[in-house]
Amino acid sequence: MPSVCFYFQVHQPRRVKKYRIFDIGREPDYFNDNSESNLNNERIIRKVAGKSYLPANAVLLELLKCHPEFRVSFSFSGVLLEQLADWAPEVLDSFRKLVATGRVAVLAETYHHSLAFFYSLAEFEHQVVAHGELIRRIFGVRPKVFRNTELAYNDNLGRWAERAGYLGVLAEGWDKVLGWKSPNFLYRPAGTKRIKLLLKNYRLSDDIAFRFSERSWSEWPLDAPKFAGWVNAVNGQGQVINLFLDYETFGEHQWADTGIFHFLRQLPPEVLKYPDNDFVTVEEASARYPAMDVLTVPEVLTWADTERDLSAWTGNELQTSSLAALYDLEPAVLAFGDDNLIGAWRRLQTSDHFYYMCTKWFADGDVHAYFNPYASPYEAYISYTNALNDLRLRVEELKFNHVES
Amino acid sequence: MSLRVLMFGWEFPPQNSGGLGTACQGLTRALAGAGAELIFVLPRRFDVKASWQRVIFADDVSSFNLLTVKAALSPYLTVDGYARRRAGADPLYGPDLISEVYRYAAAAADLTRGERFDVIHAHDWLSFPAGLRAKEVSGKPLIVHVHATEFDRTGGNGVNPEVYAIEKEGMTRADRVVTVSHFTKNLVTRHYGVPDYKVTVVHNGIDFEVKPRLDERLSALKRRGERLILFVGRITLQKGPDYFLQAARRVIDLEPGVTFVMVGSGDMTGQIVEQAAALGLGQRFIFAGFLRGDELDAIYQAADLLVMPSVSEPFGLTPLESLANGTPVLVSRQSGVSEVLRHALKVDFWDIDEMVNQIIAVLRHPPLKRTLAVYGQTDARRVTWSAAAEKCLNIYRSLVGAV
Repeated sequence: MPSVCFYFQVHQPRRVKKYRIFDIGREPDYFNDNSESNLNNERIIRKVAGKSYLPANAVLLELLKCHPEFRVSFSFSGVLLEQLADWAPEVLDSFRKLVATGRVAVLAETYHHSLAFFYSLAEFEHQVVAHGELIRRIFGVRPKVFRNTELAYNDNLGRWAERAGYLGVLAEGWDKVLGWKSPNFLYRPAGTKRIKLLLKNYRLSDDIAFRFSERSWSEWPLDAPKFAGWVNAVNGQGQVINLFLDYETFGEHQWADTGIFHFLRQLPPEVLKYPDNDFVTVEEASARYPAMDVLTVPEVLTWADTERDLSAWTGNELQTSSLAALYDLEPAVLAFGDDNLIGAWRRLQTSDHFYYMCTKWFADGDVHAYFNPYASPYEAYISYTNALNDLRLRVEELKFNHVES
Repeated sequence: MSLRVLMFGWEFPPQNSGGLGTACQGLTRALAGAGAELIFVLPRRFDVKASWQRVIFADDVSSFNLLTVKAALSPYLTVDGYARRRAGADPLYGPDLISEVYRYAAAAADLTRGERFDVIHAHDWLSFPAGLRAKEVSGKPLIVHVHATEFDRTGGNGVNPEVYAIEKEGMTRADRVVTVSHFTKNLVTRHYGVPDYKVTVVHNGIDFEVKPRLDERLSALKRRGERLILFVGRITLQKGPDYFLQAARRVIDLEPGVTFVMVGSGDMTGQIVEQAAALGLGQRFIFAGFLRGDELDAIYQAADLLVMPSVSEPFGLTPLESLANGTPVLVSRQSGVSEVLRHALKVDFWDIDEMVNQIIAVLRHPPLKRTLAVYGQTDARRVTWSAAAEKCLNIYRSLVGAV
């Protein structure tokens, strides 16, 4: 004790290209930027594959070979897997090799990395099923633990996940929700009987994800023995330490020259030096450890910003009006079974589109600006809204033609 | 002990033709508020209300007889433009703008002898020779403050070699150069050979106050549900009025019920009027002439969007005025104000397609218009003269300490 539970989020959106007013009614592809900009999805997939996914996968494969106790879990968005299949199939192969060891779990999520749970339950369930099929097709496994986009969680989601048959569901281990409770135990979502809630230890997770290369941080430089010491210090006050990270932390957010890959390589043996410690997948954790208490989360909790709510995606009127317009189209888009239209509509649901419209921290230019491929939230909104209007026009045309015939 | 600053300007409200006088007013008031002692020198006597500083008029200096010039000496005129204007005015006085500038410098040497000060601060090329003379006489450090260059005024075509030489000499011999933006700093280092380390960016400020709602102007248009896109500024090459016109042509084709309004005048007015007529824009493209005060505020308030398509804009105050009136802005990236506004739409002035795309987005999507207006105002509030004064004081201190 304790068990370390690594879960890595692997996702890249299909960013909307610069889509101008003149493109409406003329240009049916919203995602095929082929410039040198950061809106070129293929270019980004290739870049992230080379800088992050491939070298990180190589390290993990080596670790799994050397340490039979080592475990990790992944959550892949369907949007990412599609793009890997198109532009970096070698990355897909390397992920397959990891899963084939039998010590790597794959999580369930929404195919399109969407916030559909909060807008349309039917659409949400459709995406979860589609994602499950994709995971089975690519990796030959069936996910048993669910995580929602951006770790967005509330009691309703916990109850839904139990009804859907999952062993566990993930959420942020945020102090305001936990009170005196520790994130290093499992809990029971309010209103459920069997399912377990796994909570992110955000302090230790963020030490790696955000602070690793921060020279002004008092703990810099961070090395594996020091981090393993922090993990071990939990002994007796917790059962599972959930380290939930974006996979791009390795090599993309923290570049190779920060020593992040070395850290990743060194950490498991350092953790295992303490005889009571081990590693678990999210599935093993859910099966092995009891729920210590019921946890009630009435309001939506996410892993973003200091508010840990949905405000990074729904905090301003650009975002709320776009989301409303998007889900208003649902019945009309689905009515005719046109795969192109439905596909475009679903791709427009990816949460990143709304994150790019966030004005919350825009003035201070920080993490939001870093992750924004558009010059401003306004340019993100304009391209998105133009594309959505094109989609609406196509739907209306279809409806009109249908009536005509 | 407070720092004593001898400052040379050219114009001052209410006798100003544009941003230079307004900027001098805002900066000196904030400097005085921060404890600096100021002597402000102007080339000729007129009624100045600035209780926070002593004002000296060079034409009052008895030992030197600087001619008072009745014609508007506008820092925004090119030398050629000045000559044209002089030709139609009183032929008795100053033959050209450059002689005025040197007469001002000669007077400066005289009045400097009787004054006590720690640093000299000269605004734009018109007062650079005066600043340099004061430096020669007193041995005190000189800061030249670049609000605009000959490259902005002419768009790079037909740069007057004499003006360029005066600008360059001032920047070269000054102890420090202040520019009103990074945009202008780039220009100064590129075209005037000033080393990067010698140039400090001090963005202009605005005495920001949200303007009260005024009676609606253009109410007949607004009643018809007409949306208004506004241009405010001198109608000169520098301000890009022709790009505004081209954008108008395309927006009007794509979007019904939009009228474009130009406020201001300038040497391109005739050309733009003719082009608008030739493009068949008719009643959809209106010239409102030069406006100020409440009349200008009312037009800002009536507009849906202010467009500032400047080709080369060292700073650009009109977007901040527009935001004070609750109207969002689209500014060219070739402007200093785009560096301090994050909640603004931005385009390269030549990118008409993108300008049209953004204008139409604002017209079609009220959430975009509202968000830009609300957050834009919080941006504008942060652009203060006290921040600018603080940066100037730091420069003064570093120079006084070094001398």
